[in-house]
Amino acid sequence: MIEVRNITKSFDGRTVLHGVSATFETGKTNLIIGQSGSGKTVLMKSLVGLLQPEKGEILFDGRNLLSMSRAEIHELRKEIGMLFQGSALFDSETVLGNVMFPLSMFTDMTRRQMRDRAMFCLERVNLKGAENKYPAEISGGMQKRVAIARAIALNPKYLFCDEPNSGLDPKTSILIDELLSDITHEYNITTVINTHDMNSVLGIGENIIFINKGHREWVGDMSQIYTTANEALSDFVFATRLFQQVKDYVAANAVPLDGGKGGILK
Amino acid sequence: MIISNSIATFGRFCMFMRRVFSIPDRMSIFLRRTLVEISKLGVDSIPLVIVISMFIGAVCTIQMQLNVTSPIMPAYAVGLATRDIVLLEFSNSILCLILAGKVGSNIASEIGTMRVTEQIDALEIMGVNSANHLVLPKILGFVCFMPVLSIMCIGTAFVGGYLVALFTDLIPVSRYVYGLQAMFIEWYVWYGLIKSLIFAFIITSVASFFGYYVKGGALEVGRSSTNAVVASSIFILLFDVILTKLLLQ
Repeated sequence: MIEVRNITKSFDGRTVLHGVSATFETGKTNLIIGQSGSGKTVLMKSLVGLLQPEKGEILFDGRNLLSMSRAEIHELRKEIGMLFQGSALFDSETVLGNVMFPLSMFTDMTRRQMRDRAMFCLERVNLKGAENKYPAEISGGMQKRVAIARAIALNPKYLFCDEPNSGLDPKTSILIDELLSDITHEYNITTVINTHDMNSVLGIGENIIFINKGHREWVGDMSQIYTTANEALSDFVFATRLFQQVKDYVAANAVPLDGGKGGILK
Repeated sequence: MIISNSIATFGRFCMFMRRVFSIPDRMSIFLRRTLVEISKLGVDSIPLVIVISMFIGAVCTIQMQLNVTSPIMPAYAVGLATRDIVLLEFSNSILCLILAGKVGSNIASEIGTMRVTEQIDALEIMGVNSANHLVLPKILGFVCFMPVLSIMCIGTAFVGGYLVALFTDLIPVSRYVYGLQAMFIEWYVWYGLIKSLIFAFIITSVASFFGYYVKGGALEVGRSSTNAVVASSIFILLFDVILTKLLLQ
Protein backbone atom coordinates (compact mmCIF):
# COMPACT_ATOMS: atom_id res chain seq x y z
CA MET A 1 0.00 0.00 0.00
CA ILE A 2 1.15 3.51 -0.76
CA GLU A 3 -0.04 6.39 1.38
CA VAL A 4 0.36 10.00 0.34
CA ARG A 5 -0.05 12.54 3.10
CA ASN A 6 -0.45 16.23 2.58
CA ILE A 7 1.88 16.61 -0.42
CA THR A 8 2.64 20.10 -1.67
CA LYS A 9 4.70 20.84 -4.76
CA SER A 10 5.44 24.16 -6.45
CA PHE A 11 7.28 25.27 -9.56
CA ASP A 12 8.69 28.81 -9.72
CA GLY A 13 6.34 29.98 -6.98
CA ARG A 14 3.27 28.39 -8.58
CA THR A 15 1.76 25.66 -6.40
CA VAL A 16 0.78 22.64 -8.48
CA LEU A 17 -0.21 20.26 -5.68
CA HIS A 18 -1.98 21.66 -2.63
CA GLY A 19 -1.65 19.26 0.30
CA VAL A 20 -2.84 16.18 -1.57
CA SER A 21 -3.52 13.04 0.46
CA ALA A 22 -4.49 9.65 -0.94
CA THR A 23 -4.21 5.92 -0.35
CA PHE A 24 -3.27 3.48 -3.11
CA GLU A 25 -4.30 0.00 -2.13
CA THR A 26 -2.47 -3.26 -2.75
CA GLY A 27 -3.99 -5.65 -5.27
CA LYS A 28 -6.15 -2.93 -6.78
CA THR A 29 -5.95 -0.72 -9.82
CA ASN A 30 -5.68 2.77 -8.35
CA LEU A 31 -6.44 5.50 -10.86
CA ILE A 32 -5.40 9.14 -10.65
CA ILE A 33 -7.69 11.10 -12.93
CA GLY A 34 -8.02 14.75 -13.80
CA GLN A 35 -7.79 17.22 -16.63
CA SER A 36 -4.51 18.07 -18.35
CA GLY A 37 -2.59 20.44 -16.10
CA SER A 38 -4.46 19.35 -12.97
CA GLY A 39 -1.28 18.06 -11.33
CA LYS A 40 -1.69 14.31 -11.73
CA THR A 41 1.62 13.83 -13.57
CA VAL A 42 3.37 15.86 -10.88
CA LEU A 43 1.77 13.61 -8.27
CA MET A 44 2.89 10.51 -10.16
CA LYS A 45 6.45 11.82 -10.57
CA SER A 46 6.52 12.68 -6.87
CA LEU A 47 5.41 9.15 -6.04
CA VAL A 48 8.28 7.59 -7.95
CA GLY A 49 10.83 10.09 -6.67
CA LEU A 50 11.48 11.96 -9.91
CA LEU A 51 10.22 15.14 -8.21
CA GLN A 52 10.77 16.20 -4.62
CA PRO A 53 7.69 17.70 -2.93
CA GLU A 54 8.24 20.56 -0.49
CA LYS A 55 5.94 19.12 2.15
CA GLY A 56 4.23 15.87 3.03
CA GLU A 57 4.95 12.17 3.27
CA ILE A 58 4.92 9.34 0.75
CA LEU A 59 4.77 5.99 2.53
CA PHE A 60 5.56 2.77 0.67
CA ASP A 61 4.23 0.18 3.12
CA GLY A 62 5.23 2.48 5.94
CA ARG A 63 8.59 3.58 4.51
CA ASN A 64 8.71 7.31 3.87
CA LEU A 65 10.23 8.00 0.46
CA LEU A 66 10.95 11.63 1.32
CA SER A 67 13.14 10.83 4.30
CA MET A 68 15.05 7.96 2.69
CA SER A 69 18.76 8.08 1.98
CA ARG A 70 19.96 7.81 -1.62
CA ALA A 71 20.87 4.15 -1.03
CA GLU A 72 17.42 3.38 0.42
CA ILE A 73 15.72 5.03 -2.57
CA HIS A 74 17.99 2.98 -4.82
CA GLU A 75 16.78 -0.19 -3.09
CA LEU A 76 13.13 0.88 -3.14
CA ARG A 77 13.28 1.51 -6.85
CA LYS A 78 14.07 -2.13 -7.44
CA GLU A 79 10.55 -2.83 -6.13
CA ILE A 80 9.01 -0.38 -8.60
CA GLY A 81 7.98 -0.97 -12.17
CA MET A 82 6.93 1.91 -14.36
CA LEU A 83 5.13 2.20 -17.65
CA PHE A 84 5.79 5.56 -19.29
CA GLN A 85 3.45 7.49 -21.54
CA GLY A 86 5.74 7.02 -24.53
CA SER A 87 6.79 3.50 -23.43
CA ALA A 88 10.43 4.66 -22.97
CA LEU A 89 11.87 1.51 -24.50
CA PHE A 90 15.60 1.50 -25.20
CA ASP A 91 15.91 2.04 -28.95
CA SER A 92 19.24 0.25 -29.21
CA GLU A 93 17.93 -2.96 -27.62
CA THR A 94 15.59 -5.57 -29.05
CA VAL A 95 12.27 -6.33 -27.39
CA LEU A 96 13.95 -9.20 -25.55
CA GLY A 97 16.90 -7.00 -24.62
CA ASN A 98 14.55 -4.42 -23.15
CA VAL A 99 12.80 -6.97 -20.95
CA MET A 100 16.09 -8.60 -19.95
CA PHE A 101 17.67 -5.26 -19.02
CA PRO A 102 16.41 -4.98 -15.41
CA LEU A 103 17.21 -8.65 -14.86
CA SER A 104 20.78 -8.17 -16.04
CA MET A 105 21.21 -5.10 -13.82
CA PHE A 106 19.71 -6.40 -10.60
CA THR A 107 19.80 -10.18 -10.49
CA ASP A 108 22.49 -12.83 -10.55
CA MET A 109 20.58 -14.93 -13.05
CA THR A 110 22.46 -16.71 -15.81
CA ARG A 111 21.83 -15.51 -19.34
CA ARG A 112 19.59 -18.50 -19.97
CA GLN A 113 17.54 -17.84 -16.84
CA MET A 114 17.18 -14.19 -17.79
CA ARG A 115 16.05 -15.17 -21.25
CA ASP A 116 13.52 -17.64 -19.86
CA ARG A 117 12.12 -15.05 -17.44
CA ALA A 118 11.94 -12.40 -20.18
CA MET A 119 10.20 -14.82 -22.52
CA PHE A 120 7.72 -15.67 -19.77
CA CYS A 121 6.94 -11.96 -19.30
CA LEU A 122 6.58 -11.47 -23.05
CA GLU A 123 4.23 -14.42 -23.24
CA ARG A 124 2.24 -12.94 -20.36
CA VAL A 125 1.63 -9.83 -22.44
CA ASN A 126 0.95 -11.89 -25.60
CA LEU A 127 4.10 -10.85 -27.40
CA LYS A 128 5.73 -14.18 -28.08
CA GLY A 129 7.42 -14.03 -31.47
CA ALA A 130 8.32 -10.35 -31.31
CA GLU A 131 11.38 -10.79 -29.11
CA ASN A 132 13.95 -10.11 -31.82
CA LYS A 133 12.30 -6.97 -33.16
CA TYR A 134 13.45 -3.47 -32.27
CA PRO A 135 11.04 -0.94 -30.69
CA ALA A 136 10.91 1.05 -33.93
CA GLU A 137 9.65 -2.03 -35.76
CA ILE A 138 6.56 -2.64 -33.61
CA SER A 139 3.27 -0.77 -33.13
CA GLY A 140 2.47 1.62 -30.27
CA GLY A 141 0.25 -0.96 -28.58
CA MET A 142 2.99 -3.58 -28.78
CA GLN A 143 5.50 -1.08 -27.38
CA LYS A 144 3.21 -0.54 -24.39
CA ARG A 145 3.01 -4.28 -23.85
CA VAL A 146 6.81 -4.60 -24.04
CA ALA A 147 7.04 -1.81 -21.46
CA ILE A 148 4.60 -3.71 -19.22
CA ALA A 149 6.67 -6.88 -19.64
CA ARG A 150 9.81 -4.93 -18.71
CA ALA A 151 8.04 -3.37 -15.73
CA ILE A 152 6.95 -6.75 -14.31
CA ALA A 153 10.19 -8.60 -15.08
CA LEU A 154 11.53 -8.09 -11.55
CA ASN A 155 8.20 -8.95 -9.86
CA PRO A 156 7.63 -5.40 -8.61
CA LYS A 157 5.53 -4.61 -5.55
CA TYR A 158 4.45 -1.30 -7.05
CA LEU A 159 3.53 -0.59 -10.66
CA PHE A 160 3.13 2.97 -11.94
CA CYS A 161 1.58 3.71 -15.31
CA ASP A 162 1.62 7.19 -16.78
CA GLU A 163 -1.22 7.50 -19.28
CA PRO A 164 -0.89 3.94 -20.59
CA ASN A 165 -3.56 4.48 -23.27
CA SER A 166 -2.29 7.66 -24.84
CA GLY A 167 -1.96 7.35 -28.59
CA LEU A 168 -3.77 4.01 -28.73
CA ASP A 169 -7.03 3.14 -30.45
CA PRO A 170 -9.99 2.26 -28.15
CA LYS A 171 -9.72 -1.50 -28.68
CA THR A 172 -6.01 -1.62 -27.96
CA SER A 173 -6.62 0.64 -24.95
CA ILE A 174 -9.06 -1.88 -23.55
CA LEU A 175 -6.53 -4.69 -24.07
CA ILE A 176 -3.87 -2.72 -22.19
CA ASP A 177 -6.34 -1.92 -19.40
CA GLU A 178 -7.34 -5.55 -19.04
CA LEU A 179 -3.71 -6.59 -19.03
CA LEU A 180 -2.85 -4.11 -16.29
CA SER A 181 -5.87 -5.16 -14.26
CA ASP A 182 -5.08 -8.88 -14.64
CA ILE A 183 -1.42 -8.40 -13.70
CA THR A 184 -2.41 -6.33 -10.66
CA HIS A 185 -4.70 -9.06 -9.32
CA GLU A 186 -2.50 -11.96 -10.37
CA TYR A 187 0.67 -10.67 -8.66
CA ASN A 188 -1.06 -8.62 -5.93
CA ILE A 189 0.69 -5.42 -7.01
CA THR A 190 -0.11 -1.88 -5.90
CA THR A 191 -0.85 -0.40 -9.31
CA VAL A 192 -1.19 3.34 -9.78
CA ILE A 193 -2.45 4.50 -13.16
CA ASN A 194 -2.44 8.10 -14.25
CA THR A 195 -5.08 8.61 -16.90
CA HIS A 196 -7.76 10.80 -18.38
CA ASP A 197 -9.18 8.04 -20.52
CA MET A 198 -12.78 7.45 -19.43
CA ASN A 199 -12.75 3.92 -20.85
CA SER A 200 -10.07 3.04 -18.31
CA VAL A 201 -11.86 4.85 -15.52
CA LEU A 202 -15.10 3.00 -16.13
CA GLY A 203 -13.40 -0.29 -16.96
CA ILE A 204 -10.75 -0.87 -14.29
CA GLY A 205 -11.13 1.94 -11.74
CA GLU A 206 -11.23 0.12 -8.42
CA ASN A 207 -9.91 3.07 -6.46
CA ILE A 208 -10.20 6.42 -8.23
CA ILE A 209 -8.64 9.66 -7.06
CA PHE A 210 -9.80 12.78 -8.83
CA ILE A 211 -7.34 15.68 -8.87
CA ASN A 212 -8.60 19.12 -9.82
CA LYS A 213 -6.39 22.22 -9.90
CA GLY A 214 -3.89 20.56 -7.58
CA HIS A 215 -6.46 19.48 -4.98
CA ARG A 216 -7.75 15.97 -4.32
CA GLU A 217 -11.45 16.50 -4.84
CA TRP A 218 -12.95 13.05 -4.86
CA VAL A 219 -12.18 9.41 -4.03
CA GLY A 220 -14.32 6.45 -4.94
CA ASP A 221 -14.68 3.56 -7.38
CA MET A 222 -16.10 3.20 -10.87
CA SER A 223 -19.61 2.41 -9.66
CA GLN A 224 -19.79 5.60 -7.60
CA ILE A 225 -18.43 7.86 -10.30
CA TYR A 226 -21.68 7.86 -12.36
CA THR A 227 -23.68 9.36 -9.58
CA THR A 228 -21.12 11.73 -8.12
CA ALA A 229 -22.32 15.03 -6.75
CA ASN A 230 -18.94 16.61 -7.42
CA GLU A 231 -19.56 19.05 -10.24
CA ALA A 232 -15.97 19.21 -11.49
CA LEU A 233 -15.78 15.41 -11.63
CA SER A 234 -19.13 15.14 -13.33
CA ASP A 235 -18.02 17.68 -15.93
CA PHE A 236 -14.81 15.73 -16.43
CA VAL A 237 -16.48 12.32 -16.70
CA PHE A 238 -19.17 13.49 -19.11
CA ALA A 239 -16.94 15.78 -21.13
CA THR A 240 -17.02 13.70 -24.30
CA ARG A 241 -19.95 14.08 -26.69
CA LEU A 242 -20.76 10.37 -26.43
CA PHE A 243 -20.97 10.41 -22.64
CA GLN A 244 -22.90 13.66 -22.72
CA GLN A 245 -25.46 12.08 -25.06
CA VAL A 246 -25.68 9.00 -22.85
CA LYS A 247 -26.22 11.21 -19.81
CA ASP A 248 -28.95 13.17 -21.60
CA TYR A 249 -30.60 9.93 -22.72
CA VAL A 250 -30.51 8.57 -19.19
CA ALA A 251 -31.99 11.76 -17.80
CA ALA A 252 -34.73 11.78 -20.43
CA ASN A 253 -35.66 8.09 -20.06
CA ALA A 254 -35.03 7.56 -16.36
CA VAL A 255 -32.72 4.60 -17.07
CA PRO A 256 -30.28 3.67 -14.28
CA LEU A 257 -26.70 4.47 -15.25
CA ASP A 258 -24.71 2.68 -12.59
CA GLY A 259 -24.48 -0.75 -14.13
CA GLY A 260 -27.43 -2.22 -12.25
CA LYS A 261 -29.82 -4.59 -13.98
CA GLY A 262 -31.27 -2.77 -16.92
CA GLY A 263 -28.67 -0.03 -16.58
CA ILE A 264 -27.21 1.54 -19.69
CA LEU A 265 -23.58 0.97 -18.65
CA LYS A 266 -23.01 -2.62 -17.59
CA MET B 1 24.36 37.50 -14.75
CA ILE B 2 26.55 35.72 -17.31
CA ILE B 3 29.19 35.03 -14.67
CA SER B 4 26.72 33.66 -12.13
CA ASN B 5 25.11 31.48 -14.84
CA SER B 6 28.52 30.19 -15.89
CA ILE B 7 29.43 29.34 -12.30
CA ALA B 8 26.08 27.59 -11.81
CA THR B 9 26.57 25.60 -15.03
CA PHE B 10 30.10 24.66 -14.02
CA GLY B 11 28.80 23.52 -10.63
CA ARG B 12 26.14 21.42 -12.32
CA PHE B 13 28.80 19.96 -14.64
CA CYS B 14 30.96 19.00 -11.62
CA MET B 15 28.01 17.32 -9.89
CA PHE B 16 27.17 15.53 -13.13
CA MET B 17 30.76 14.28 -13.40
CA ARG B 18 30.59 13.06 -9.80
CA ARG B 19 27.63 10.90 -10.75
CA VAL B 20 29.34 9.77 -13.95
CA PHE B 21 32.56 8.73 -12.19
CA SER B 22 31.04 6.36 -9.68
CA ILE B 23 31.48 2.61 -9.56
CA PRO B 24 29.26 0.92 -12.18
CA ASP B 25 26.40 -1.23 -10.88
CA ARG B 26 27.44 -4.15 -13.05
CA MET B 27 31.04 -4.33 -14.25
CA SER B 28 30.28 -6.86 -17.00
CA ILE B 29 27.60 -4.61 -18.50
CA PHE B 30 29.87 -1.59 -18.17
CA LEU B 31 32.72 -3.34 -20.02
CA ARG B 32 30.36 -4.52 -22.75
CA ARG B 33 29.01 -1.01 -23.20
CA THR B 34 32.53 0.43 -23.26
CA LEU B 35 33.48 -1.92 -26.10
CA VAL B 36 30.34 -0.88 -27.98
CA GLU B 37 31.25 2.79 -27.54
CA ILE B 38 34.84 2.18 -28.67
CA SER B 39 33.39 0.72 -31.83
CA LYS B 40 30.71 3.38 -32.30
CA LEU B 41 32.68 6.50 -31.41
CA GLY B 42 36.23 5.40 -32.18
CA VAL B 43 36.36 2.74 -34.88
CA ASP B 44 33.56 4.36 -36.86
CA SER B 45 35.59 7.60 -36.95
CA ILE B 46 38.56 5.96 -38.67
CA PRO B 47 37.38 6.60 -42.26
CA LEU B 48 36.83 10.30 -41.50
CA VAL B 49 40.23 10.58 -39.82
CA ILE B 50 41.99 8.87 -42.72
CA VAL B 51 40.35 11.00 -45.41
CA ILE B 52 40.93 14.29 -43.60
CA SER B 53 44.49 13.46 -42.53
CA MET B 54 45.48 12.36 -46.01
CA PHE B 55 44.32 15.62 -47.57
CA ILE B 56 45.62 17.88 -44.82
CA GLY B 57 49.03 16.15 -44.96
CA ALA B 58 49.12 16.67 -48.70
CA VAL B 59 47.99 20.29 -48.48
CA CYS B 60 50.53 21.05 -45.71
CA THR B 61 53.34 19.72 -47.87
CA ILE B 62 52.24 21.76 -50.88
CA GLN B 63 51.80 24.92 -48.80
CA MET B 64 55.21 24.50 -47.19
CA GLN B 65 56.84 24.01 -50.53
CA LEU B 66 55.12 27.04 -52.07
CA ASN B 67 55.41 29.47 -49.15
CA VAL B 68 58.27 28.51 -46.87
CA THR B 69 61.09 27.40 -49.14
CA SER B 70 63.72 29.85 -50.23
CA PRO B 71 67.30 29.53 -51.52
CA ILE B 72 68.61 29.65 -47.99
CA MET B 73 66.22 26.96 -46.68
CA PRO B 74 67.17 23.30 -47.18
CA ALA B 75 64.75 21.22 -49.23
CA TYR B 76 64.06 18.89 -46.31
CA ALA B 77 62.51 21.82 -44.39
CA VAL B 78 59.21 21.01 -46.13
CA GLY B 79 59.09 17.51 -44.61
CA LEU B 80 60.27 18.82 -41.26
CA ALA B 81 57.69 21.59 -41.11
CA THR B 82 54.90 19.26 -42.23
CA ARG B 83 55.89 16.75 -39.57
CA ASP B 84 55.93 19.32 -36.77
CA ILE B 85 52.60 20.84 -37.80
CA VAL B 86 51.00 17.42 -37.84
CA LEU B 87 52.57 16.32 -34.55
CA LEU B 88 52.01 19.55 -32.65
CA GLU B 89 48.58 20.70 -33.77
CA PHE B 90 46.86 18.77 -36.50
CA SER B 91 46.86 15.27 -34.98
CA ASN B 92 45.33 16.55 -31.73
CA SER B 93 43.76 20.02 -31.73
CA ILE B 94 42.48 20.19 -35.31
CA LEU B 95 41.54 16.52 -35.38
CA CYS B 96 39.59 16.90 -32.13
CA LEU B 97 37.83 20.02 -33.41
CA ILE B 98 36.67 17.93 -36.37
CA LEU B 99 35.71 15.01 -34.14
CA ALA B 100 33.82 17.36 -31.82
CA GLY B 101 31.45 17.84 -34.76
CA LYS B 102 31.00 14.15 -35.43
CA VAL B 103 31.31 12.50 -32.02
CA GLY B 104 30.04 15.43 -29.92
CA SER B 105 26.84 15.91 -31.88
CA ASN B 106 26.30 12.15 -31.95
CA ILE B 107 26.57 11.87 -28.16
CA ALA B 108 24.49 14.98 -27.39
CA SER B 109 21.69 13.98 -29.73
CA GLU B 110 21.66 10.35 -28.56
CA ILE B 111 21.51 11.20 -24.85
CA GLY B 112 19.19 14.15 -25.50
CA THR B 113 16.76 11.92 -27.36
CA MET B 114 16.89 9.42 -24.51
CA ARG B 115 16.04 12.25 -22.13
CA VAL B 116 13.05 13.59 -24.06
CA THR B 117 11.67 10.10 -24.71
CA GLU B 118 11.87 9.35 -20.96
CA GLN B 119 14.41 6.55 -21.40
CA ILE B 120 16.68 8.21 -18.83
CA ASP B 121 13.74 8.52 -16.42
CA ALA B 122 13.06 4.82 -16.98
CA LEU B 123 16.65 4.00 -16.01
CA GLU B 124 16.41 6.17 -12.90
CA ILE B 125 13.14 4.58 -11.83
CA MET B 126 14.70 1.14 -12.19
CA GLY B 127 17.36 2.29 -9.75
CA VAL B 128 20.15 2.61 -12.33
CA ASN B 129 22.60 5.51 -12.10
CA SER B 130 21.78 6.75 -15.58
CA ALA B 131 24.68 9.21 -15.79
CA ASN B 132 27.16 6.48 -14.97
CA HIS B 133 25.45 3.84 -17.11
CA LEU B 134 25.19 6.01 -20.23
CA VAL B 135 28.10 8.43 -20.06
CA LEU B 136 31.08 6.68 -18.45
CA PRO B 137 31.41 4.05 -21.22
CA LYS B 138 31.38 6.85 -23.80
CA ILE B 139 34.06 8.87 -22.02
CA LEU B 140 36.27 5.88 -21.28
CA GLY B 141 35.76 4.32 -24.72
CA PHE B 142 36.61 7.46 -26.66
CA VAL B 143 39.49 8.52 -24.40
CA CYS B 144 41.02 5.04 -24.72
CA PHE B 145 40.68 5.03 -28.49
CA MET B 146 41.77 8.62 -29.10
CA PRO B 147 45.53 7.84 -29.12
CA VAL B 148 44.86 5.26 -31.84
CA LEU B 149 43.05 7.88 -33.93
CA SER B 150 45.77 10.40 -33.25
CA ILE B 151 48.59 8.06 -34.30
CA MET B 152 46.57 6.98 -37.32
CA CYS B 153 46.15 10.65 -38.20
CA ILE B 154 49.90 11.29 -37.97
CA GLY B 155 50.76 8.31 -40.16
CA THR B 156 48.12 9.10 -42.78
CA ALA B 157 49.09 12.77 -42.96
CA PHE B 158 52.70 11.76 -43.62
CA VAL B 159 51.50 9.43 -46.35
CA GLY B 160 49.50 12.33 -47.86
CA GLY B 161 52.67 14.44 -48.00
CA TYR B 162 54.62 11.50 -49.36
CA LEU B 163 52.15 11.07 -52.21
CA VAL B 164 52.55 14.76 -53.11
CA ALA B 165 56.32 14.28 -53.23
CA LEU B 166 55.89 11.10 -55.26
CA PHE B 167 53.43 12.33 -57.86
CA THR B 168 54.52 15.95 -58.27
CA ASP B 169 57.88 17.54 -58.82
CA LEU B 170 57.50 19.98 -55.93
CA ILE B 171 59.99 18.18 -53.68
CA PRO B 172 62.17 15.10 -54.07
CA VAL B 173 60.84 12.12 -52.15
CA SER B 174 64.17 11.52 -50.45
CA ARG B 175 64.25 15.11 -49.16
CA TYR B 176 60.70 14.85 -47.86
CA VAL B 177 61.46 11.58 -46.07
CA TYR B 178 64.69 13.03 -44.69
CA GLY B 179 62.75 16.07 -43.44
CA LEU B 180 60.28 13.84 -41.63
CA GLN B 181 63.16 12.31 -39.69
CA ALA B 182 65.40 15.34 -39.22
CA MET B 183 65.73 16.92 -35.77
CA PHE B 184 62.98 14.73 -34.38
CA ILE B 185 61.89 15.55 -30.84
CA GLU B 186 60.16 12.61 -29.23
CA TRP B 187 58.38 14.79 -26.66
CA TYR B 188 56.25 16.28 -29.45
CA VAL B 189 54.58 12.91 -29.90
CA TRP B 190 53.81 12.61 -26.19
CA TYR B 191 52.68 16.22 -26.11
CA GLY B 192 50.24 15.53 -28.94
CA LEU B 193 48.93 12.36 -27.31
CA ILE B 194 48.43 14.06 -23.93
CA LYS B 195 46.49 16.85 -25.60
CA SER B 196 44.38 14.41 -27.59
CA LEU B 197 43.43 12.50 -24.42
CA ILE B 198 42.30 15.69 -22.69
CA PHE B 199 40.41 16.88 -25.77
CA ALA B 200 38.69 13.49 -26.06
CA PHE B 201 37.52 13.88 -22.47
CA ILE B 202 36.26 17.41 -23.22
CA ILE B 203 34.33 16.27 -26.31
CA THR B 204 32.57 13.37 -24.59
CA SER B 205 31.89 14.97 -21.21
CA VAL B 206 30.65 18.31 -22.55
CA ALA B 207 28.44 16.65 -25.18
CA SER B 208 27.02 14.23 -22.62
CA PHE B 209 26.30 17.10 -20.22
CA PHE B 210 24.41 19.06 -22.89
CA GLY B 211 22.45 15.99 -23.92
CA TYR B 212 21.67 14.84 -20.38
CA TYR B 213 20.05 18.10 -19.33
CA VAL B 214 17.90 18.70 -22.42
CA LYS B 215 14.38 19.82 -21.69
CA GLY B 216 11.66 19.87 -24.30
CA GLY B 217 11.45 18.07 -27.62
CA ALA B 218 13.21 17.48 -30.92
CA LEU B 219 13.99 21.16 -31.40
CA GLU B 220 15.81 21.35 -28.08
CA VAL B 221 17.72 18.15 -28.83
CA GLY B 222 18.99 19.72 -32.06
CA ARG B 223 19.87 22.91 -30.23
CA SER B 224 21.72 21.06 -27.49
CA SER B 225 23.63 19.12 -30.10
CA THR B 226 24.77 22.37 -31.74
CA ASN B 227 25.59 23.92 -28.37
CA ALA B 228 27.59 20.84 -27.41
CA VAL B 229 29.75 21.13 -30.54
CA VAL B 230 30.27 24.87 -30.07
CA ALA B 231 31.09 24.55 -26.36
CA SER B 232 33.47 21.63 -26.79
CA SER B 233 35.24 23.43 -29.67
CA ILE B 234 35.75 26.50 -27.51
CA PHE B 235 37.04 24.42 -24.61
CA ILE B 236 39.38 22.53 -26.93
CA LEU B 237 40.87 25.82 -28.15
CA LEU B 238 41.11 27.18 -24.61
CA PHE B 239 42.83 24.07 -23.30
CA ASP B 240 45.06 24.02 -26.38
CA VAL B 241 46.51 27.35 -25.26
CA ILE B 242 46.82 26.25 -21.63
CA LEU B 243 48.39 22.87 -22.45
CA THR B 244 50.78 24.35 -24.98
CA LYS B 245 51.95 26.81 -22.38
CA LEU B 246 52.29 24.11 -19.75
CA LEU B 247 53.82 21.35 -21.82
CA LEU B 248 56.05 23.12 -24.34
CA GLN B 249 57.45 26.08 -22.44
